[in-house]
Amino acid sequence: MSSLEKRQEYRALFKQNVQKRLIVDKIVRIIIISCVIAAIIPLGSILFEVFKNGIAAISIEFLTEIPGSVGSGTGGVGPAIQGTLIVVGLASLIGVPIGVMSGIFLSEYGDNRLARSVRFFNDVFMEFPSIVLGIFAFLVIVLVLGHFSVWAGAFALSLIMFPIVARTTEESLKMVPITYREAGTALGLRKWVVTMRIVIAAAKEGMVTGVMLAVARIGGETAPLIMTILGSSLFFANMNTPMDALPLRIWRLSMLPYESAQLQGWGAALVLIFIILGINLGVRTLVLHKKETMQILKTLKEKVGGKN
Amino acid sequence: MTSKTQTTSDLFENDSEKFKMIAEDVTISYGDIPAVKNVNMKFKEKSVTALIGPSGCGKTTFLRCLNRMHDMTKNAKVEGKVMIDGIDLYSKEIDPIYHRRKVGMVFQKPNPFPTMSIFDNVTAGLRLNGVKDKRILNEIVEDTLKMAYLWDEVKSDLKKPAVELSGGQQQRLCIARALAIQPEVLLMDEPASALDPIATQKIEETITELKKEFTIIIVTHNMQQAVRVSDYTGFMYLGDLIEFRHTKKLFTDPKNDLTAKYVQGQFG
Repeated sequence: MSSLEKRQEYRALFKQNVQKRLIVDKIVRIIIISCVIAAIIPLGSILFEVFKNGIAAISIEFLTEIPGSVGSGTGGVGPAIQGTLIVVGLASLIGVPIGVMSGIFLSEYGDNRLARSVRFFNDVFMEFPSIVLGIFAFLVIVLVLGHFSVWAGAFALSLIMFPIVARTTEESLKMVPITYREAGTALGLRKWVVTMRIVIAAAKEGMVTGVMLAVARIGGETAPLIMTILGSSLFFANMNTPMDALPLRIWRLSMLPYESAQLQGWGAALVLIFIILGINLGVRTLVLHKKETMQILKTLKEKVGGKN
Repeated sequence: MTSKTQTTSDLFENDSEKFKMIAEDVTISYGDIPAVKNVNMKFKEKSVTALIGPSGCGKTTFLRCLNRMHDMTKNAKVEGKVMIDGIDLYSKEIDPIYHRRKVGMVFQKPNPFPTMSIFDNVTAGLRLNGVKDKRILNEIVEDTLKMAYLWDEVKSDLKKPAVELSGGQQQRLCIARALAIQPEVLLMDEPASALDPIATQKIEETITELKKEFTIIIVTHNMQQAVRVSDYTGFMYLGDLIEFRHTKKLFTDPKNDLTAKYVQGQFG
């Protein structure tokens, strides 16, 4: 135990330190806030620019019709909206289950050599340039079938999607304290029941965020779609023909030398942002606030029923 | 290797008694380091056995082997036999699930499931094992919450998220949750360490009450608690079971020097 004088000496040290600490605290806070602002400025200005330029193009006609003749500024991006919903939906149907299952495997059964190599290749996969995956889909589906196809597009996008979903799922599950797994196990529950009903329930929010990140990512992918669904001016006909998608349409419109076309390109970009935002909010509400949503639906039903 | 320490015990020598669980030569190691060494213990049906000893002596490690919780820990290795109703829990043909349903466990820190309500927490072990009958679930919830002395505080608010309860209430909820699967043995790892004296007293009353039906094994740091609730006490030190006797005898007339020093509060 130190003597009284010693302790007083220590205290004196602390006191002198306070001013300096307060200044350091302020400086760090200023740095943090400036970094946040630096990150928000580009994001905000992109959103502002897209909104400012795109809003003029939006109309019912723009949202529902096929593109008009080149440079006329008429017609719309109906097929592109439809195509994006189809290809992103289909890719999610393939990519999300595979990604979630892989993530569960990596987190809950991931203590072996197989899992370590899966994790490594998954990480490498995540860094692949998307055009490479597009070319891969082109080689194994488009060339084999002999025509562009919606399947190839969905396949290419799901390849981009599942490593992201797998990694975010793994990380979210790992955040769940082991004590919940222990509590479940001690109740005589099987491992898969503990995983599915207790661990996943606790990790739901992170998992949904991961899936939404992946959806947003593939929603904006252009390169793999050029190699797979090519683009089209017509509405979806069948799985074995070219189809349009918003990123493709934005790319084509922005390449045209007409101001009206570029305006439509801005409009299409705005539509894409709103679609991603809409999916994000919708899924979040459905998954994370299931009870509240059911309650709202119930009251709505009752109200509608009451009117009849 | 460490030499084998002989446990001082005058218990169950010519045993015609009925034992719920028997641990034979149990050694538990983490990697190469043994945490529990050659422990032999017998747990009489409908009795309370307390495990005491200083921090790090292996009492929690030993408790966790009694329902195979070490299966979840990487590196942990359990040797020896743990018999429950005459069946070796560690035999290869055994599915630990069925035995864990016989053996409830209450952990040191309250760990209610964070996404579930009070009701859903208590019934988790039942619902996820396929019990759906609402009437039975309601009955069990009331029954077990009463046993855990929580019923009066939560009966009007069973749909509330469990994490909104106080720490002590959460722990009593976990006791109710463990009791809900209708176990025959109850393992408690310092169940009262997060509770205030009144709640602790209630838990101790619960334990005394539960003894009529259950075989209880409790790890505790609190020696007065061991004296108050247990019939038998085992004193562990550095992974060895030093002395295992009737609680009264162990505390009033310890045979081993280490035990004597510990119960007199000279170290710990």
